[in-house]
Amino acid sequence: MRRFFLFTILAMLLPLAVQAVEPDEMLSDPVLEARAREISKELRCVVCQNQDIDSSNAGVARDLRLLVRERLVAGDTDENVIAYIQARYGDFVLLKPPFKPETYALWIAPPALVLIALIFGLTIVLRGKRKAPIAGLNEEDEQHVTRFIEAQKDRST
Amino acid sequence: MKRLLALLPLLVALVFGGFFLWGLNPDRDPSDIPSVFISQPAPQFDLPPVEGLETPGFARADLIDGTRPVVVNVFASWCVPCRAEHAVLTDLVTREGVVLYGINYKDKPKDAVRWLSTLGNPYERIGSDLNGRAGIEWGISGVPETFIVGPDGTVLFRYVGPIVGNKAISKFRAALVQSGAITEGNS
Repeated sequence: MRRFFLFTILAMLLPLAVQAVEPDEMLSDPVLEARAREISKELRCVVCQNQDIDSSNAGVARDLRLLVRERLVAGDTDENVIAYIQARYGDFVLLKPPFKPETYALWIAPPALVLIALIFGLTIVLRGKRKAPIAGLNEEDEQHVTRFIEAQKDRST
Repeated sequence: MKRLLALLPLLVALVFGGFFLWGLNPDRDPSDIPSVFISQPAPQFDLPPVEGLETPGFARADLIDGTRPVVVNVFASWCVPCRAEHAVLTDLVTREGVVLYGINYKDKPKDAVRWLSTLGNPYERIGSDLNGRAGIEWGISGVPETFIVGPDGTVLFRYVGPIVGNKAISKFRAALVQSGAITEGNS
């Protein structure tokens, strides 16, 4: 029984080890290969659009992976490789959108909204606090109340 | 001030509603990718002819020396929609005199020759892109894709997917008219 469980767990872990990058694509230089993997993770597959090319099995993704490695072997820096592909496929191919006038709304809106929400929330909380304190009775009121109670007591007896 | 604040929910609802209306529009295609080449010079490439075919190959320079816009169609014999699109393209060439070049994408030359001899060859030039590198230069995501390139080598229009069906054809025709490849009315 225990062996069965072990086997099941191992079988369930198996898909995690499956990669789209095939052995014949890989570079013999482990440093370049590692760089290629990093770059591939930042590039979007244009066929299956929410996958990076590193994990996509599409034909174009494979071509792009090979191209990335080819450029690296030719001596390009990581930025050069990404720029090369961006020139052909546009900003769309980058999984992390660049920061430029067209994307200001995208990058700035979330922190701006958080800021607005914070200001809004804080003012409401602070205003609530300022109203809250109910003034206790002062000396004069206290005497007034005592006199009133005494007067009531006298009347009832 | 207080009264204006009361209108805030309405404003929020309008903004959200606007986004929903835009997002749920059935005509919107989320997989539609804007091409970087529109109004840009066509990419560099140099493709040999398909082996076993008389039709010459072509390079970027061949797109420029003409006086009319050229339609560049990326196709392959293994691509089923291309088969349907083939009739539309042939029609444009024979009836309206459109200049059509083809990029034979990742296709076995033997299969391409057989495909063209069965369906007919409307292409004036066909470049053989065996490893798909020219496809990447053009920024294609699959086949078929069709570009209209102006006489000066500027990419004027890109159509992703097969030009099949009235909607697609009229859209492509409109682009052809606009680029000056055909004149309006003679259909």
